[in-house]
Amino acid sequence: MEPSLVSDKEKIGVFACHCGRNIAATIDTERVVEEVLKHPAVVHAEHYEYMCSDPGQELIETAIREKRLTGVIVAACSPSLHEVTFRETVKRADLNIYKCEIANIREQDSWVHENKEKATEKAVKLTKSAIEKIIRNEALSPIKVGLHKKALVIGGGVAGIRAALDIADAGFPVVLIEKTATVGGHMAQLAETFPTLDCASCILTPLMSAVAHHPNIELHTLSEIENVEGYVGNFHVRIKKHPRYVEPDKCNLCNECENVCPVAVPSEFDEGLSLRKAVFIPFPQAVPSSYLIDANACLGMSPLICGKCAEPEVCGPQAVNFDDQEKIIEDDFGAIVVATGYELYNPTNLGEYGADVYPDVITSLQFERLLSPSGPTGGIPRRPSDEKIPKRIAFIHCAGSRDERHQPYCSHICCTYSAKHALLFKELVPDAEIHSFYIDIRAVGKNYEDFIRRVQEETGIHYTRGKVSRIYEQDGKVKVLGVDTLLDERIELEVDMVVLALPMVPFQGVKDLAGKMRIQIDGNNFLQELHPKLHPVESATSGIFLAGAAQSPKDIQDTVSQAGACASKALGILTQEKISHIPTVANVDEENCSSCRFCISVCPYRAIKTIDDKAHVEEVLCEGCGICVSACPSGVIDLRNHTDKQVGFMIKALAGEI
Amino acid sequence: MERNFEPRILAFLCRWCGYQGADMAGTSRLKYPSSIVSIRVPCSGRIKMEHVLDALTRFEGVLIAGCHVPNDCHYVHGNFKCLNRVTLLKEILAQMGVNPVRLRLEWISATEGRKFARVVGEFTQELRKLGTLNSACTHENNSISLLQVKQSE
Repeated sequence: MEPSLVSDKEKIGVFACHCGRNIAATIDTERVVEEVLKHPAVVHAEHYEYMCSDPGQELIETAIREKRLTGVIVAACSPSLHEVTFRETVKRADLNIYKCEIANIREQDSWVHENKEKATEKAVKLTKSAIEKIIRNEALSPIKVGLHKKALVIGGGVAGIRAALDIADAGFPVVLIEKTATVGGHMAQLAETFPTLDCASCILTPLMSAVAHHPNIELHTLSEIENVEGYVGNFHVRIKKHPRYVEPDKCNLCNECENVCPVAVPSEFDEGLSLRKAVFIPFPQAVPSSYLIDANACLGMSPLICGKCAEPEVCGPQAVNFDDQEKIIEDDFGAIVVATGYELYNPTNLGEYGADVYPDVITSLQFERLLSPSGPTGGIPRRPSDEKIPKRIAFIHCAGSRDERHQPYCSHICCTYSAKHALLFKELVPDAEIHSFYIDIRAVGKNYEDFIRRVQEETGIHYTRGKVSRIYEQDGKVKVLGVDTLLDERIELEVDMVVLALPMVPFQGVKDLAGKMRIQIDGNNFLQELHPKLHPVESATSGIFLAGAAQSPKDIQDTVSQAGACASKALGILTQEKISHIPTVANVDEENCSSCRFCISVCPYRAIKTIDDKAHVEEVLCEGCGICVSACPSGVIDLRNHTDKQVGFMIKALAGEI
Repeated sequence: MERNFEPRILAFLCRWCGYQGADMAGTSRLKYPSSIVSIRVPCSGRIKMEHVLDALTRFEGVLIAGCHVPNDCHYVHGNFKCLNRVTLLKEILAQMGVNPVRLRLEWISATEGRKFARVVGEFTQELRKLGTLNSACTHENNSISLLQVKQSE
């Protein structure tokens, strides 16, 4: 046996708990006390009925003071339960909280074993291994750093809007950036929202307006993230703001420019079902409330070829500015909310459905525009090919969802929105005949099942369980071929129009953004939360939070809840005076570092960088996982209070050699 | 090997999953052999090869329990680092004449107390068949070679 002491100054006290009979029935705590007293570092040991009770904690405090203990072992229940309790106890007696360790003799000993002799023997080993650890523990204090009390919200859909408003309302400045020319996101395109059939614009546009006028919100549209550096509390972000070519402060929405603009291109807002001009406003309620010029569509800016919109008789306020330039905005933030949303899976990937060939095979978002009173057909659903009002219509659920060839996951909202489509369509076209092809009806959400039932009763919708194999057009009709898997029959159906419920996929460029922000992405390219249950809105990078459909397909309800959760998490950081971080982080013996950079490649948090070619841990970023420690071929990285030496001695103690 | 031979197991339990799973076994009052002792580690990716080899000079078997692959790891991908290391270690053990069964990697979540207890039971049975490391039938001196590996580090 080798001497296990690091220094003879260590004076350890051991406190064995009976936990009533929970421990004492199986473990002879008296013997545990006797055995550990043989350890040279142990100067005090006792056992008591309930260590976690007030008198129990008092015993510990008194012993620390009277025997001048340098470390405390509580042999009791799992550290998950009372580690915090006992750390507070020792703190009250002026001992560093990292000089308190728990030996788990309940959950992992007395509760799982029956033989008292053996369980006691094991309790002694577990306690001794804790002693070996604690005499080598450093007294540590949380790492404290200052922070910027300002939040960044990326994405101006309903998630980003909600998060920005919540943080701003709490009194903290927020920068909200949006890639397109307006906030509102996909929700602004929707006709009505399930299951209550609230008009989407009616519930969204007041929020958009609030964003525009909130004194704490600085809005940048046509903007994207260029670069993110730093860590929680201190993110340094470069934002690229594309030119708008129309000054929003001057634009008075007179629409004269639009009237003279000779170029028309498909409208993004109407999903290509209508045309807009090169100088345009995405939709009348857009925020910021201003026109802009689409430089790609405009006839020519440099050299200026057309310029009709800028003529003084057209634009009275002289808002058009062809010299507008791309800008880089640099700012510092304490917390970031990522709410970059989704887009629909490209229907041309589903060749058998012919969405790119047949005009009357449309996407669900296109249908949403056809149903919208502000839509391209003024709220009367007309099919794109001949503008006739369709009478027979088919909805194809899971058009690419739950399909190994396309997207393996369930898109979560399609069943319910397809039912909503059916209901709204039936209201507008009372003699309509509606068919719906589904795999399973998944209406998971409060009142959704009732909603589906209501749709079934009110519309007489024909639900067919089955998969559509092919769609084609013939003589002005759309033919749907497939199989009814309940009746085991082939289906051949002639309809006027088909609506594809395409999967929600993360917005393009998600990988690029995730890379810049050190956010993990999952197998389907959605942003990965830290833990599905315990940390559903946190990313693996501390201080970056995830909201909305960028994290997974979800409905507006869940999106808004998540946005609120993100705001609350962000406020949890912004309201601090200092950022506190666990001190049990990796540290490098930089002198002996061989500069191999293995540690940099394995660190999930990019917490390690090189300074003068030597590995250096940015302690605030380090989460203390120790992955770098075991990857370091030179063995020069160690984890504070979980060193290789400590593990070595713990192994010996557990083997009964100490 | 004697029927009442109790092979000693050292378990490295990640604090987020494996350790919580072991706690859950306790909360559920499941019974398993008392010859297993554990060390709580922050992540299965923290466990060094040296620790495992060191442990095998003192115990009949080593159990590592971490968060389920692919996505449960609290530290993003530490479980995969552990998986790689265990795969390699098993090769090394085989080359040294140590039955690689003596090292066991399991993904055990915080709720899988039942699995933890079952794994400990099964592992004990397997190790009982193998006997102590010194008396393993094929290579008598394998524990010495383990020690040599350790010393040469």
